[in-house]
Amino acid sequence: MMRLFVSALALAALAACSSPDEMPPSQMDPGVAGGMGAPGDARTGAGSGAGVSTSDLPPGVEPGSQEDLELTVGDRVFFDYDSAVLNSQATGILDRQAAWLLGYPDLNVTIEGHTDERGTREYNLALGDRRANAVKNYLVALNVPASRILTISYGEERPAVAESSEDAYARNRRAVTVVNTVN
Amino acid sequence: MIVSLARRAVIRLAMALSVVALATPAPAQIELDITEGVVEPLPIAVSEFYGASAEEQRLGSAIADVVAADLERSGLFRPLDRRAFIQSPEQLRTLPRFADWRQINAQALVTGQVQASGDGLVVEFRLWDVFAGVQMRGLRLQTSEDQWRRIAHKVADAVYERLTGESGYFDTRIAYIAETGAATDRIKRIAVMDQDGENHRYLSDGGDLVLTPRFDPSVTSLAYLRYAGTVPQVQLMDLRTGQERVLGQFDDMTFAPHFSPGGQTVALTVAAAGNSEIHLLDLASGRQTRITNHPAIDTSSSFSPDGGQIVFNSDRAGTPQLYVMSARGGEPRRISFGGGQYGSPAWSPRGDLIAFTKIDGGFFHIGVMRPDGSNERLLTRSAFDEGPTFAPNGRVILFSRKDPRTGRSRLMSIDVTGYNERLVPTPTDASDPDWSNIIP
Repeated sequence: MMRLFVSALALAALAACSSPDEMPPSQMDPGVAGGMGAPGDARTGAGSGAGVSTSDLPPGVEPGSQEDLELTVGDRVFFDYDSAVLNSQATGILDRQAAWLLGYPDLNVTIEGHTDERGTREYNLALGDRRANAVKNYLVALNVPASRILTISYGEERPAVAESSEDAYARNRRAVTVVNTVN
Repeated sequence: MIVSLARRAVIRLAMALSVVALATPAPAQIELDITEGVVEPLPIAVSEFYGASAEEQRLGSAIADVVAADLERSGLFRPLDRRAFIQSPEQLRTLPRFADWRQINAQALVTGQVQASGDGLVVEFRLWDVFAGVQMRGLRLQTSEDQWRRIAHKVADAVYERLTGESGYFDTRIAYIAETGAATDRIKRIAVMDQDGENHRYLSDGGDLVLTPRFDPSVTSLAYLRYAGTVPQVQLMDLRTGQERVLGQFDDMTFAPHFSPGGQTVALTVAAAGNSEIHLLDLASGRQTRITNHPAIDTSSSFSPDGGQIVFNSDRAGTPQLYVMSARGGEPRRISFGGGQYGSPAWSPRGDLIAFTKIDGGFFHIGVMRPDGSNERLLTRSAFDEGPTFAPNGRVILFSRKDPRTGRSRLMSIDVTGYNERLVPTPTDASDPDWSNIIP
């Protein structure tokens, strides 16, 4: 539910900034943008001889990219504790992932299976593999060719959230679809 | 087990290291029963070893320090403060004046001397029963000078063996994963060190994620999981040459390596299409044999000391539990019934116990049970205690403990009796320990 909501917002934001002129002010984060210069930055001082500073705009979302997948479809699904069962929320996201993948027939992806830290390291490697393959099997059933999908398990080694809390565990029990940059 | 009779310990000769018994040991009276957990450690005096030259004196003092530290760490001995010693190392070259040692309440006394010639080193040591006034053990050890630490560990092993009746575990190494960096993108490196933390070195540069290093029985190679390319697989590293190779010819991810006691076979887990099964890989022939066959997770195998059976982790009953089966395959027998989840089993080299990780009631425990599943005892409790590995004598367990508040992971040791829990210092955070055999 949360993920869908975020995606919808992201889509709206994308639509809003499809033309550089229409970029909403909130997107212009001076702390992030490259050469904007923080207050007191020497480059905006008298030494530069210019009263105008410039910066690169963040690039737009490229269709078929990881960012595209993340923002328009959702790149990850979540699991219950010690489970690789896809719930209805997960299958909803995977339905859209499958449609998206079928729209980019040249793209290959890797499904990364992850667990929370409440298990032994080796068992979690097996559980992460089971989760990644649950996602792969679902996508294949929706006609995404199996040859386009690699799987890898990271077990508990690459948490999305570092804390040890129920909320962190829930966000770490995941399978993430990653667009391969080299096919 | 109690030693009541003196006996000759057999110490294998290694490389440049030779050991000779000095005189026949006499019957002695000190007995240290370590089966129930020692509450009162044995007071022992470890004199600096005598050396004629300044260099020999320096080595003699350093060797005594290492011996005393080994014995102290075991929790079974209390080395006495040398400043209370009445006799000097030089005076101890002949028969000790036992009254002087009784006066400071030493029950056992370790003396020795060091002779350096060229790059060679000859060390003699004797263990004395202070109250009976007899020698319990005498050894001459010979090696190159850069191996002086191993001599010290062998002396400590000989003292431990003579006084407890159990084989020692001080001349051993620990492999583990050194951790640095952010929790979400942890940098992990393989590290190896002596059992006391010395001679520490890194065997990988942190570029690839590496996990679960496991020594072969001869302590000459390490099997471990490396994330390289698109399929993570178990690698074998030769510790003498540093050369590495992928173990076996598997198409899928392999992990959870574990050597058979003889070293000819590696058990590992193959994850194929979402199903993890345990396979055996014969190192000489390359033959690969799957020994489990179940849609559930089967992983984390560990051999019995005779190599005939394995204990492993499976969720075939719905939650992760421990099973024992023949190493040739067959029907597994569930041995864990205590409630909660079980994992990472390790079969004791003594054969009498299986150690495990247990997750129950929001805590992680290290525990032990008999191989038939009876007599389960939990030794530790914390938020995250994991991955037990036995000392080669089966008396001490290493594991890793993570503190959820700080996110730090450290190595810990504890006796199988549940006593003497200690931090094992490492330069960085640490996990995934593996304790080697006695170095041949």
